Amino acid sequence: MNYLRLFGVFFRVNVMGELAYRVNFLVHLFQSLLSLALSLAGLAIIFFYTSTLHGWRPDEVLALVGVYFLVGGMIGLVIQPAMEHLIESVRDGTLDFTLTKPEDAQLIVSIQRVEIWQLIDIGLGFAVLATALVRLGEKVGGWEAAVFVLMLLAGAAIIYSFWLILATLSFWFVRVENILVVFQSMYEAGRWPVSLYPGWLRYGLTFIVPVAFATTVPAEALTGRLSWETLLGAVVLGVVLLAVSRVFWRAGLRRYSGASA
Amino acid sequence: MKALLDLYVQQFKTTLAAMFQYRASLLIWMIGHVLEPLVYLVVWSVVSNSAGGSVGDYTTREFAAYFILLMLVSGVTYTWIMYEFEYRVRQGSLSFALLKPVHPIHSDIADNVSSKLITLPFLLLIAAVLALIFHPTLSLTPWAIAVFIPALLLAFAVRFLLEWTLALAAFWTTRVSAINQTYFVLMLFLSGQIAPLTLLPRPIQVVADIMPFRWMIGFPVELLLGRLTPTEALMGLGAQAAWLVVGLVLLRVVWRAGLRVYSAVGA
Repeated sequence: MNYLRLFGVFFRVNVMGELAYRVNFLVHLFQSLLSLALSLAGLAIIFFYTSTLHGWRPDEVLALVGVYFLVGGMIGLVIQPAMEHLIESVRDGTLDFTLTKPEDAQLIVSIQRVEIWQLIDIGLGFAVLATALVRLGEKVGGWEAAVFVLMLLAGAAIIYSFWLILATLSFWFVRVENILVVFQSMYEAGRWPVSLYPGWLRYGLTFIVPVAFATTVPAEALTGRLSWETLLGAVVLGVVLLAVSRVFWRAGLRRYSGASA
Repeated sequence: MKALLDLYVQQFKTTLAAMFQYRASLLIWMIGHVLEPLVYLVVWSVVSNSAGGSVGDYTTREFAAYFILLMLVSGVTYTWIMYEFEYRVRQGSLSFALLKPVHPIHSDIADNVSSKLITLPFLLLIAAVLALIFHPTLSLTPWAIAVFIPALLLAFAVRFLLEWTLALAAFWTTRVSAINQTYFVLMLFLSGQIAPLTLLPRPIQVVADIMPFRWMIGFPVELLLGRLTPTEALMGLGAQAAWLVVGLVLLRVVWRAGLRVYSAVGA
């Protein structure tokens, strides 16, 4: 409860900071719409020539695009800004101020930065997803919806842990922000079902850079394609990675000496 | 002329040293650059296989050839000036470049060409690996190869001039990211990066012929694939030459107007 209140405070501070630049809202809205238009036009061209893409019907791929925007927005809203800030504060030593606070430092580090305009992407993602669901009709029942939410949570846990582990590497190697850029360009591949890709690339997008769990797996849950193995695997991987990232974080903190002190 | 040559040689050494220093950035650039054509190559291969081996006038293997060549051509013509110029104006570092006796575009050209020379072997290597995986078919004709070289150089020149000019938007606004993104989305569609242009609806193809994007990426690829008649190839070179002139004129006009409003935001 206390943590939620903290998140609320950080969120408010960030909102107040950004509201000074209101034109940014229009600029970001424009950019998000442009990116969405690109996705939809791409789908339109491809489904002009085929009726299913590796077994995925147009509305199902549309749902995937919705998930892509939704999850991308969530990553951009909290995870990415927090991790970029963490790497920076390890380098310049300002992590000292976070460590002296009475709350858990990992938590504070993870929620203190919020890129509020990413809410636009989340909103667009929801809109696309809703459109796709209406068009898919009654094929999506309560069970699919519940598994979808579970898979979104598992995907969020996996992506969060993945980023935290990478960002924690900055305790050992000072320059790691480059790795984060790799994730961003790999995430683009998540616009399409990963089952499309040849084996080596599919494994890469699943286990090396876990894009598949962020986009394809939730979309599979929604369209009733998810196997029990994937469902269980995603949940177990999420829990394990959360624990591993915690271990990494603690080991990293022991390594941290504080550049400013 | 001698002084300019010295400048190019020095810039080459500087770029080379910088690239060896930041090897990780090079790797990241590679991943980003290869992944996008690779994704569309995979998507179109899947579509083509499910449609019985071909879509429109492309077979699965011709799609492979198209997107691998596209990766090479866009790798050769690529520029990053639109991201960099905003930084220069905002931080005021452009002021130092303006103090030098030569136009700042020269060091940018030298920097760009130098890093291409360094990245090209890697791109060719990746293209070879992709060729082993996706089995492209490519039947080269001597005249197409002969025309491909000037077409590629013109494509690079046109893209460089237009993007350098567009980068000057940073003189007027600090929000260039929206302009850049608009440009890239248009380019993705109209240059043939999402799909070969012949697969797009007829009206979009007409727009693509008028806009510069096809002449910066798609045209050299289509040429080498042997999809153009000699007449079409000549007309393409003509369109490239026309855009080159437009680019040169725009560059002069916009550069002069920009310098007048430049106030070095950071300085």
